[in-house]
Parts: sequence; structure tokens; C-alpha cells
Amino acid sequence: MTSDSPGWLGRLRRGRSGPRSRVRRRVGSVVRLTLALTLAGGVYIVFAPGLAGAKDTPQLSTAAEEGKALFNQSCITCHGPNAQGVEGRGPSLIGVGAASVEFQVGTGRMPMARQEAQAERKPPVFTDEQTRQLAQYIQELGGGPQVPSGDLRAPESDEEAIARGGNLFRINCSSCHAFGGGGGALSSGKYAPGLGEATDQQIYAAMLTGPQNMPVFGDNQLTPEQKKEIISYIQEALKQDRDPGGWGLGRFGPVTEGLAIFLVGIVALVFASLWIAGKS
Amino acid sequence: MKRRKIDVRAIPAKSAGALDDRFQAATPLRSLLNKVFPDHWSFLLGEIALFSFIVLLLTGTFLTFFYEPSLQTVTYDGSYTPLRGTHMSAAYASSLDLSFDVRGGLIMRQMHHWAALTFMAAIVVHMFRIFFTGAFRKPRETNWIIGSLLFWIGFLAGFTGYSLPDDALSGTGLRIASAIMLSIPVIGSWVTTSIFDGEFPGHVIMGRFYIAHVLLIPGILLALIAVHVGLVFKQKHTQWPGPGRTEHNVVGERMFPRYAIKQGGFFMIVFGVIALMGGLFQINPIWLFGPYEAFTVSAASQPDWYVMFLDGSTRLFPAWEIRFDLFGWGDGYTIPPIFWPTVVLPGVLTMLPLAYPFIEARLTKDKKAHNLLQRPRDVPARTALGAMAIMFWLVLTLSGGNDVIADKFHISLNAMTWAGRIGLLILPPIAYYVTYRICLGLQQHDREVLAHGVETGIIKRLPDGRFIEVHQPLAPVDEHGHGELDYAGWVVPKKMNRLGALGPAIKGFFYPIEKPAEAPVSPGHPPVSPIEPARREEISK
Repeated sequence: MTSDSPGWLGRLRRGRSGPRSRVRRRVGSVVRLTLALTLAGGVYIVFAPGLAGAKDTPQLSTAAEEGKALFNQSCITCHGPNAQGVEGRGPSLIGVGAASVEFQVGTGRMPMARQEAQAERKPPVFTDEQTRQLAQYIQELGGGPQVPSGDLRAPESDEEAIARGGNLFRINCSSCHAFGGGGGALSSGKYAPGLGEATDQQIYAAMLTGPQNMPVFGDNQLTPEQKKEIISYIQEALKQDRDPGGWGLGRFGPVTEGLAIFLVGIVALVFASLWIAGKS
Repeated sequence: MKRRKIDVRAIPAKSAGALDDRFQAATPLRSLLNKVFPDHWSFLLGEIALFSFIVLLLTGTFLTFFYEPSLQTVTYDGSYTPLRGTHMSAAYASSLDLSFDVRGGLIMRQMHHWAALTFMAAIVVHMFRIFFTGAFRKPRETNWIIGSLLFWIGFLAGFTGYSLPDDALSGTGLRIASAIMLSIPVIGSWVTTSIFDGEFPGHVIMGRFYIAHVLLIPGILLALIAVHVGLVFKQKHTQWPGPGRTEHNVVGERMFPRYAIKQGGFFMIVFGVIALMGGLFQINPIWLFGPYEAFTVSAASQPDWYVMFLDGSTRLFPAWEIRFDLFGWGDGYTIPPIFWPTVVLPGVLTMLPLAYPFIEARLTKDKKAHNLLQRPRDVPARTALGAMAIMFWLVLTLSGGNDVIADKFHISLNAMTWAGRIGLLILPPIAYYVTYRICLGLQQHDREVLAHGVETGIIKRLPDGRFIEVHQPLAPVDEHGHGELDYAGWVVPKKMNRLGALGPAIKGFFYPIEKPAEAPVSPGHPPVSPIEPARREEISK
């Protein structure tokens, strides 16, 4: 660019001693550009949040490192490197939280036996320690919900907590898990499992994370106190109910009752009529 | 004073004579007590229904002492802790009290429920017997109609009783019932609002169901049962064909004493079986269901078994919603899909059986009165039709519980629904065909035994090398060696030791009560000694 055009810059330069050489102009512009870029970068570094201590890879705790090793051995096939998920095989685990891992791995649902409508509960593959390590890894990787530590049941001093929990259970849970907690069918081979074997932690984690086909019951929908009341109802009322009326017939309701009346009642009475009619 | 001597043995006769002098009861009583009933186990199936109805009346009366038919909200304060402090209707609270705080209340409730299931099951099994043996033919069409009505009124009794505890399961059922009533075109809304006195559930339904369940419906049932049994007395019981039995007599036992004592014993057995079930098997644990609220529902919500076929038809029926445009007037008119499987289907299923005796008489041009029964194999078309109807009902009933089946047997629920839809159309005709062929096969075997005799199990080798089985003819044979007996519509002996008047060779019902007679020893074949196998083994070594 030439400085022939009249303007306030041109007038300023007139006071200088003679025109500068082309080389000097070029060098000067390079220096000015470098200075400006350095300034801008420095200001950014000073004011931008959190970047001061940033490193390329997150520093994992020892437990998480152990968990990562387990993950890379057993889970990576479907959930991908760094738990990012594999299209058509397994979802990303970023943000699912330790609660989800503890539920899925702790109940043996993960690793899955095969790709199907829903993972089934089975004897867990990993020990409790390994499950915790895996959970720690996923937690440190992407955060997410965690099962609170401590007692997960409503305080025993609260006498009506179980009744409130029962009410919440019938509103929120029984439509899939059934009144007796025996579980029920969902569409296309999916199902709500029976609650017979579920522990306090597992029920809490399930409500918090909504595993498989279960909806999430976040703390805005059911407060931690309400979750504990539901757990108290399931564990202390439903499971402790010793079927005062006799054998519960699996608590499947009228289906097994109808079966029983024919298989037991009518069969017994038909045999009785065969016997009594033969007495003559 | 001379002591008067009392002849103890004369007391019954004397007092009976005195009673007869005053009430003239001897003549009618004699004909009643001397009435003859034919004896066959299948004639006792109706009695199971009658006796379980008596158990229903007894246990039901006990329940009314404690039940409160009110929808008023109360706070539960009974002994079942997981519900303490919960708001619920007085009806549900009193049902809980009946279960937990009334002595013997739970077993009474359970006996009542099991007796209801037994009552309905026995009605259905009894109906099968009547249908397959042709006992509904002239002159007994009226009793067939009354029997069918008894099923539907028992159905209503069951439904109203099922709803009374006002628990969440029965409340779901009541909600469905109100939806079914609403689906009836034109009159649906009026029917529903008049029954519930406004919107579902309203405040009066328990009171209305209660009076229907404890007074109106049992009254109708009692009246119909009285007519049903009275007609059996009047028209006399049917009997199987057999020696000495004709269309004009009844061969059997007199009402008194044998038949009456047997029936008394049978009542005790029915009572005992129901009491055992009430004590051993838990039924309808309402405390797990909680009080009914519109927002509570459970997986596997089913009605009792005799309503389940309607649940199944609802699950299988496609969601065909029919909309009319009333020439631009209003929003048009909609017939919801639930109308077809729950109103039209039971309507057809009520009317068709009622008309069946007349349809069959018209098709077979049979206008005669029949007192002798038919063996199912001898009327293959009717038997096959019955099998077809049972298959239709079975597919519907299984579909009513298809979510439980899908869950427990790890089958997709959608697959179950489609299996039910296809099965409902395909399986009944298959059942018809298979039953028809089985009937013909059984008939043919009967005719074969009559023509050739009973298989003796003796294989004979002829001089030319052929093997034949020796048949024992049942009667003298003609020149071709064929028996000349006609089929008498009754069991044809097919085993050597059941020939003629002989009973089974070994007596006893479950196990032999006497040792079988020693088989005659043929001189050519000495009896096989038990040591022989061991000896043979030694030889083979």
C-alpha cells in the first residue's frame, strides 16, 4: 500500500526525516503483528477461566485407573474407547454416573450376555471392589448421579413413612412392577423385573438413573426422602409380607387363582364325584 | 299306680303318624323320597355348583356383619401397619379390618372368593357335560336356558362382589366396566351416569353394588336355581343308555336314603375342598393393592377367570375406531373400539348358546323328546362344535393373561398378542376338525369290536405261516364270523376282563383293595419262576 493518498497519517509522517525503505516497513509490520498477537493471547490466558491448570489428559485417581483397566478389558467392545459409545452396539457412558454403573454391573446386567430387548439380572461378573472401581472411572470421566452414602431407608422413628412409601410405590412403580413387586411385561420383549432380589442401593440407583426401560425419577420428581420411603416400603412391607392368607400363588393375581381353581379345586371335586358315584 | 310302658321302637312311627294326621304330608313326601336318580359321576358336576352356592351364602352372610358399603374417606388405623395413616374409603378400611382384625375374617373372605370361583367353574364344567351328552334336547331346553342365565348372573354376582372391597385392583376393573358401559352407542352415557349417579366413581356405587350383591343378585340366583332343580324333578333326570334303561324309565337310586346320604356326603366334600383352598391358598390380597385412586394401576391387572375372556378379547381386538360425520352436526359420532369386544361379543356369546337347542333341533329335524343321553362320539358334529367353542374361549382367556404369560415365560408381549389374534381365527377350526376325526375313530373302533369281537392279545400262527390275532366275539356270529350285535349307544367292552357283567378285574379306586385272582395256569406253559432271570444271566456269562 502506498502512502501517496492525503490523510491524517500522511500528514503525521511528513515531519519525519525522509521516506523509509521497503525492508524496514516490512520488518516493522511483522514486529507489530507479533506484539499484537502476543498481547491478545496473554490477555486470553489471564482472563479465560480454568485453562490455567489444563492438561491434555485428566488425572485419574488410583481406583479410577483400576476401573479404566477393567473397562478397557470388558466394556470397551460395546461402549467404545473412553466410554464414548459405539453406534448400534452400546451407548456413551459420559454423564451416566457411578449410580448407573453400580446398578448395571452390580446386578450382573452388564456385561450383557447378548444384544436383546433388555439385559437380564444374573450373577455379577465383577466383585464389589471392581464394580466400585468401574463406577469411579465412569464418574471421573463424565460425572453424573451418585447414590448417597449412608442408610437408604426412611428413619424408623417415622411410623407413617412406610405407608407414605406404599402410596408413592402405587403411584410411581406398580404400573410396571405390579402391586406385589413381582414385575410385569412391557412391549416387545421388554419387561419390568421383579423386585425380590433388589437391594437398597440398587433400588435407589435404579430410581436415580432409570436403567434399561425404566424412566428416571430424579430428585425433582421424588425427593431423596421419598425415595427412601419407597425403599422402606419395598424392603420392609412388600418383602416382609408373609402372605397371611396362605400360599401366595406367586402373587400373580387372578391368572394363577383361575389356574388354581381348575387344577386344584375342580380336579379334586371331579375325583370326589368319581369316587362317590362309584359307591353303590 | 301302674307304670306305663313306653315302646321306644314305636316312637318314630307314632310321631310320624301324628304329624301326618295333622299335615297330610305322607303322600307328597313318599313320592319325593322315593324319587329315583340315575347314578353317574358326571351327574354330580351341577351339584358342585349348588353346594358351592350354599357355601357362598354362608360365608357371605358372615362378611356382611363387618363390611361397610361406604365411599366416605377415613384414615386407616387398623393393625396392618404398612397402610396405617393412609386415607381410604370406609369400604376398603372395613375390608382390611375383616382381613386382619376380625377373628376368622380372612379365611371367610378367602373361602367366599374361592367358593365364587368354584361356583363359576362348576357351572361351566356342568354345562360342558350337558352340552356334550345332548341333555339340553327336548324337553329340557328351558333348563338349558336357565343354566346359561345362571352363568351370566353369577358373572354379575362375581363382578359386583369383586368390586366391593374398593381396593386398587377392583377399582381398575370398575373403571374398565364404566368405560365399557360408556362405549355403548347412544345410551352409553345415560347408563353410566345412572349407575354411578354422575361421573365415575361418584359416591353411591358401593352402596348400590352392595345391595345388588347381597340381595338382588342372590335372590335371582336362588329363584333360578330353585326353578332349575325343580325342573329336574319335574322332567326327571336324563340317564345313559344301558341294560334296562329306556326313554320312559329312570334306573338308579331312590332319593331316600341312599341318594340323600350320598349328596350330604358330597356337600361335605365340596365344603371341605373350599375350606382347604381358603385356608391354604391366598386369594386377592387386597392389603397389597392399596386403596383405589384414579392414578394407581398395577401391571398384571386381571379380572377373575370367568371375566378374563372379555379382557382377552379387548387385548386382541384391533383399535378400530368408527367415526360418523352427522352431516356436519356437532362433532359427529364415535364408536370406540372397546364396544365390539366387550359389548357385542358377550351379547353374541349370550344369545347363541340360548338358541342352540332350537338351532340343533331345526338342523337335525329332531322334534322328539329325549331322556337318554348320547355319547359325545356318537354326535361328532356337536362334539366338534363344542370343542371349537371351548378353544375359542380358551384363546381369549389365555390372551386375558397374556402379559403374565409373556413376562414369566420370556415371550414378547407383542408376539403373544399376535399369536392370540391368529390363534383365535385358526385354532377353533382345527379343534373342530381334530375332534370330529377323533369321534369318528372312536365310533369305528366300537363298530369293529361289535363286528369282530374283543382283542384277546393271543397271536396265532396259521399253518400257512400267517399270524392273526384271536378275537373273542361278543355274541354268536354269522357265517362270515361277524357279530350281530347292534350298537346300543353305550360303552362297548374292549378288554377281556371287562366282558359282560364283570367289573374291573381289580377292585379299588386309587389302589387295589383286593389281590387279583391267580391267573389260570396252562399245562403247556408252567409259571415263570422269579429265579429264572438270574439263572439266565449266569448262562449268558
